[in-house]
Amino acid sequence: MGNTITEKILMAHAGLKKIQPGQLINAKVDIALGNDVTAPIAINEFIKAGGEKVFNKNKIALVLDHFTPNKDINSAQQCKKVREFALRQKITHFYEGGSVGVEHALLPEKGIVLPGDLVIGADSHTCTYGALGAFSTGVGSTDLAAAMLTGEIWLKVPASVKFILFGKLQKWVSGKDLILHMIGRIGVDGALYRAMEFTGETVEKLSMADRLTIANMAIEAGAKNGIFAADRVTEAYIRSRAKRPYKIYSSDPDAVYAEVIEIDAAKIEPQVAFPHLPSNVKGISKVGRVKIDQSLIGSCTNGRIEDLRVAAEILKNRKAAPHVRLIVVPATPDIYRQALKEGLLEIFLKAGAVISPPSCGACLGGHLGILAEGEKAVATTNRNFVGRMGHPKSEVYLASPAVAAASAVLGRIASPEEL
Amino acid sequence: MLIKGKVWKFGDNIDTDAIIPARYLTTSDPQELAAHCMEDADPDFVKKMAKGDIILAGENFGCGSSREHAPIAIKAAGVPCVVAKSFARIFYRNAFNMGLPIFESGELFDAVREGEEIIVDSTRGTITVSGLGKTFRINPIPPFMEELIADGGLMQHIAKKRRK
Repeated sequence: MGNTITEKILMAHAGLKKIQPGQLINAKVDIALGNDVTAPIAINEFIKAGGEKVFNKNKIALVLDHFTPNKDINSAQQCKKVREFALRQKITHFYEGGSVGVEHALLPEKGIVLPGDLVIGADSHTCTYGALGAFSTGVGSTDLAAAMLTGEIWLKVPASVKFILFGKLQKWVSGKDLILHMIGRIGVDGALYRAMEFTGETVEKLSMADRLTIANMAIEAGAKNGIFAADRVTEAYIRSRAKRPYKIYSSDPDAVYAEVIEIDAAKIEPQVAFPHLPSNVKGISKVGRVKIDQSLIGSCTNGRIEDLRVAAEILKNRKAAPHVRLIVVPATPDIYRQALKEGLLEIFLKAGAVISPPSCGACLGGHLGILAEGEKAVATTNRNFVGRMGHPKSEVYLASPAVAAASAVLGRIASPEEL
Repeated sequence: MLIKGKVWKFGDNIDTDAIIPARYLTTSDPQELAAHCMEDADPDFVKKMAKGDIILAGENFGCGSSREHAPIAIKAAGVPCVVAKSFARIFYRNAFNMGLPIFESGELFDAVREGEEIIVDSTRGTITVSGLGKTFRINPIPPFMEELIADGGLMQHIAKKRRK
């Protein structure tokens, strides 16, 4: 009986020759990640448990990206705590200030996470790195503390669900629309505790950016991880970034899946997730008239250069509607620089956008773009829970950069086709 | 372990933003977090509840972010355990790691009204509704997990073992 990619990576990191879903394993960690919200608790726990030295200073990433640039005194204190720990422990992958980017855009960009890795992060969107063919999952701060101390984590091996996507994508349809469609189809707990494995001819043609977007939102279906087989697209992406050896795994033809779901991707139009669940999805043609107050383009889901290019293509020589606050958040300093070089930032400024520093702030309702009571936003982010971006009576509609850009111009949720 | 308390009922997919909104994550102080426990699901929860009351919810409780602030806020508010039809996986890990016991029961939710008293026996694996005299099965907590909870969570448990 064969194994899936997820099972093979877990097997290798647990030093086992056989593995099956449901089994509890103790596995070695290649990268353990924390940020300015989750690392302070992990550091406290690390110290409480008598921790003096981290297991490996090259295998921990600490990224101060949530309430930064420091929002207030409390957030400054949290960052200070992580900074002092990172300097004391000589953590190699420590990012803040002008070097910081949104963690899940930054780590792949810097080649810190690679195919075949086992990555844990005290951030639920750690599942993003499955796009590279890594096993990657979100955990809590205490698990991060234990991993920083021991280099290991206990895991339950998840059963896998295979998604087979076929068909040519319609114009303006991106990875974001595919994952929203899949979440809409199976629900916010449709893959609870499972691995989502993305395969098929449509997937093979997707860019790395689209794959990162899809894997990023696996958690919104309750999944433990999302995963793609690394291929030529992956290798082209990591060739110039990898600074250490990596391993490519693929699923055996006789691997066992809990479920196989086939999706005709050619039939999917741009998707919008209505409040207050990512599974509350409608095709753009069925949205109706939804007036918006804000359009946010950015985040670990859709703040990459490819996303900004699509938005700029639509916003070129156009302006955001007078009452709409358009906020663009390049996810990392390199993306920011590239957008500047390509003239995208000029296009955004002319369209009336506010260009934010790389930060998670607006997406989680922390700072840099909060909604007031009764306001509505279209956002390229990943969650539209009650109060996610501000007041508990505000609303978030999730969509692709193309839809967010077109919506900014028209002042209501709209397809680029309507321009 | 025996836990007796009145239940407060919540629906399906109660996410971590509802349990503890991100706007309060500039601190990890348990008491400050407890003051906003469940705020975006029920703004008056903290005012209405008493120490020892139990949260009873539907499917997928704790979905969303990995923030450990969620089980910390619940525990610090004085809630001794959470019972739900099902839990999101990161919350499930975090709750035990924080020393907050949680139990899955598909049947209890519809059988009990808000404000009724239940008795959870985690060792025997039962939940009894005091008023009904009716008992529901839950998975018992294995002894090592009971010990972990009694120690106050994973890291305290590890620290205790390291001292031995």
